[in-house]
Amino acid sequence: MKRIDRSSKVRTGFHQAKWDEPIIYELSTPGERGILVGQPEKAIAEEVKGVSAIPAGMARNTKLNLPEMSQSRVLRHYSRLAQQTLGADVNIEIGQGTCTVKYSPKVNDQLANLIREYHPLQDESTVQGILQIFHETDKYMCEISGMDRFSLQPSGGSQGIMTMASVIRAYFKDKGEDRDEIITTIYSHPSDAAAPAVAGFKIIYLQPDPKTGVPDLEQLKAVSGPRTAGYIVANPEDTGVYNSHVKEFVDHIHSIGGLCAYDQANANGLLGVTRARDAGFDMCFFNLHKTFSTPHGCGGPACGATGVQKDLVKYLPAPLVGFDGKKYFLDYETVSNPCAVGKVREWYGVAPVVLKAYCWIRSLGPNGLYQVAKTAVLNNNYMFKKLMELPEVSAYYEDGNNQRVEQARYSLEKLTKETGIGTLDIQRRMMDFGMHYWTSHHPFYLPEPMTLEPTETPSKKDIDEYIETLKYVFKEAHENPETIKTAPHRSVTHQVDESGMDDQATWALSWKTYLKKYTE
Amino acid sequence: MRGFESHPYIPNSVPDIQAEMLKEIGMTSLEELHKNVPELLKLKNDMNIPEAFGSEYELKRHVERVLSKDTDCHKNINFLGAGCWQHYVPAICDEINGKGEFLTAYGGEPYNDEGRFQALFEYESMVAELVDMDVVNVPTMDWSQAAATTVRMAQRITGRSVILVPEYIDQEKKKAMENYAECCMKFETVKCDSMGHIDLDDLKTKINADTIGVYFENPNYLGVIEPNGQKISDMIHEAGGLSLVGVDPISLGVLATPPSYGADIVCGDLQPLGIHMNYGGGQSGFMATRDEEKFVMEFPSRLFGIAPTSEPGEYGFGDVAYDRTSFGHHREHGKEYVGTQSALWGITAGVYLATMGPQGMEEVGKIIMANAQYAAKRLSQIPCVKVNPFGSVFFKEFVVDFTATGKTVAEVNKALLAKGIFGGKDLSKDFPALNQSALYCVTEIHTKEDIDTLAAALTEVLK
Repeated sequence: MKRIDRSSKVRTGFHQAKWDEPIIYELSTPGERGILVGQPEKAIAEEVKGVSAIPAGMARNTKLNLPEMSQSRVLRHYSRLAQQTLGADVNIEIGQGTCTVKYSPKVNDQLANLIREYHPLQDESTVQGILQIFHETDKYMCEISGMDRFSLQPSGGSQGIMTMASVIRAYFKDKGEDRDEIITTIYSHPSDAAAPAVAGFKIIYLQPDPKTGVPDLEQLKAVSGPRTAGYIVANPEDTGVYNSHVKEFVDHIHSIGGLCAYDQANANGLLGVTRARDAGFDMCFFNLHKTFSTPHGCGGPACGATGVQKDLVKYLPAPLVGFDGKKYFLDYETVSNPCAVGKVREWYGVAPVVLKAYCWIRSLGPNGLYQVAKTAVLNNNYMFKKLMELPEVSAYYEDGNNQRVEQARYSLEKLTKETGIGTLDIQRRMMDFGMHYWTSHHPFYLPEPMTLEPTETPSKKDIDEYIETLKYVFKEAHENPETIKTAPHRSVTHQVDESGMDDQATWALSWKTYLKKYTE
Repeated sequence: MRGFESHPYIPNSVPDIQAEMLKEIGMTSLEELHKNVPELLKLKNDMNIPEAFGSEYELKRHVERVLSKDTDCHKNINFLGAGCWQHYVPAICDEINGKGEFLTAYGGEPYNDEGRFQALFEYESMVAELVDMDVVNVPTMDWSQAAATTVRMAQRITGRSVILVPEYIDQEKKKAMENYAECCMKFETVKCDSMGHIDLDDLKTKINADTIGVYFENPNYLGVIEPNGQKISDMIHEAGGLSLVGVDPISLGVLATPPSYGADIVCGDLQPLGIHMNYGGGQSGFMATRDEEKFVMEFPSRLFGIAPTSEPGEYGFGDVAYDRTSFGHHREHGKEYVGTQSALWGITAGVYLATMGPQGMEEVGKIIMANAQYAAKRLSQIPCVKVNPFGSVFFKEFVVDFTATGKTVAEVNKALLAKGIFGGKDLSKDFPALNQSALYCVTEIHTKEDIDTLAAALTEVLK
């Protein structure tokens, strides 16, 4: 035999697992069961009425339509669905830019299993260990951000933003001032607008300067005033461009009596480099499932750790986790201000996520955190340089001086003009090589956006493979656009017909409504 | 160079590779990166964070040592509930939600993340059957958030301004709801009667043309089954408002579904369905409605629907009415906001329901009710202890009044803790009118021996 040719830099032989698995209801066989549950103990059953005590009309009177399946069939079904899911454990995560999908260490998952059987109302004396971990994580977050205290209660980034908006509202309520406007930018996360709107604020947008990619100070001055409650922004924004004048923006908002909140959902490029408080921000939040490595879980459970400067600590949701020198305790006293936020979530937050973030920080230490940021930025700038050499790729706000931080938003408009192939076509085709390629936040302010973020996790080889795959697909766009138009071909499913998704008559949100609408 | 040569989580920390990459971008040092961050803003000092552990093993030893100070509901007999409940978690639930593909997936498309979409569509379908509705969301944070969104959905549908909530409601949940809905509605409390049920006379006086709806729970926060759901729904419907019902999903193998007594929106927590308590980190909220546009278009959450693909015979999935959400084209003009919430617990709840099947759900409900009734009966034999002062039928939780014993709940619980028992939640702060009462939770995980142990321990403590 001859040596097998493995010279291709692109996985042209990839095919994602595709089991053609039925919907779980189609796997049901009456009489099968997935687990034995048992019966009430005889000695108990003899002494009580049990379900016959249920008041008239309050017993279930309809048959519960759940699948009836053996345990191995349930396991096989979900194992197959897992294989049909491209988690970060199995692919090179670069394509979900802004989402900071990095390696989630397995040892941290294992350690988090130690707290599975903790009840949140256990006596404080029985939970000193986990309270210590909450308290220490709070302190680490303060070191990383320069803030004075963190709440780990918010259970996702958007809930973190809602918490920041609620703190701003509480602050002005306490001062007796009626301010109802929040200023943000178009390239900040959509929730930087949506969550404050839920809290009752009117949203004012700043537009980027066409050259620099960030708003100028004059624009901020023009839209801010006595109605301005706060300024909530990401920096860098989705574009990966950093606003060098951020401190002047913050100073201006402070000069008119407003508060400044920093969306640091993704702080991966800034750890140990620059801190929210040092730029004057009054508060910030971190997504522990992004920068701090906890697994994304298909979209949660998560933690949007929210920190504030000392004057605002009293408004945080209750309780904080305190330490009196001897013991850790749930601190309701510090946040008992009548205007305080109260609660944003039950209990104290998602404890396993906090524990995993704690483990990650302790695996890296202060210098390791700095190295994470530097490497993430190195990876991104390396990728930016290589991609910008391709004729199909351009970037707005690129004057040679706008060094991207941890992510970059590119544009494929040149490719689209030449071939008719757009960013969403490229997205579907990239899946045929086992790669994510995210849609970018809506609306698309830039034409044909492509947002990539190689965190510190991918190796140079991984980044090169992603670039080679993009090049391969771009070449196809010129030579064989039909292959891309009709992609994906080797993912789990073919193109989804979404034409029925916006109309009640045609959408199908559960198996029962699907059967009702689509059974002749 | 600060940091590591070759950290296992940072492949490009290998010095030669790093140098090669720097060279490619025309730099000689990592310090040349971040050039747009002004010097003034750069951190000059080291962060006061402990140096990294030298090995994975050291980290493990450290965390295990810190947590060894603790004890938990596995090593003790636990009767705490009150929103986070100890139920049996079938091994298959942990097996599936621990699979790396699910655990580490995020926002992929319905092609390469088809399994995530299908698993969540199936969870939606099974919870829809459980609560007897048509549409269920990809789950939100917890029951508090689900209830907060429920009342905001109802506010948008009715355009009204006052929401009625019962006297016996989790006070922390109420605070979360108030914070979330503060800008668009007022909360008014409806009294509960001596049975622990909603006081229908008080309700009648409080319903008017401004009333968005009534939010009530079944079983309620103190465990009592609310038997007047239909009357409550009729009263609020007559006034043009909505009937909003929070529910414990594990009760629905035996208890009536909220739509059967008139509910328009149902919400609750998925944690009882195969999710460990996790010190309160296992919570996961759901909402459910009928398949009517006026309800569906008010969900802020992602809703996954089934769809055809270009290949005959193939199932596809996607987002239904995506522009409804803040991820769509209208950002803050969409419904509330969406983001990372608790999807993995939704998948887990689906695994649980498929594993239990209709028979398992009915059986677990029967065991829970029998065990809880037995516990109430045993505790009521202890002198001066008043069990279930409402005299109502309860599901898995019931109130135990220690006032006549002369001891506080805190004292009783401290003495029980010394015997390896976690007594029920102390209600004396949240509901002073109930005096020294505690909320006990008994489920299918308790044996007769556990309950008898509790009864013996209480007898001794109260002697």
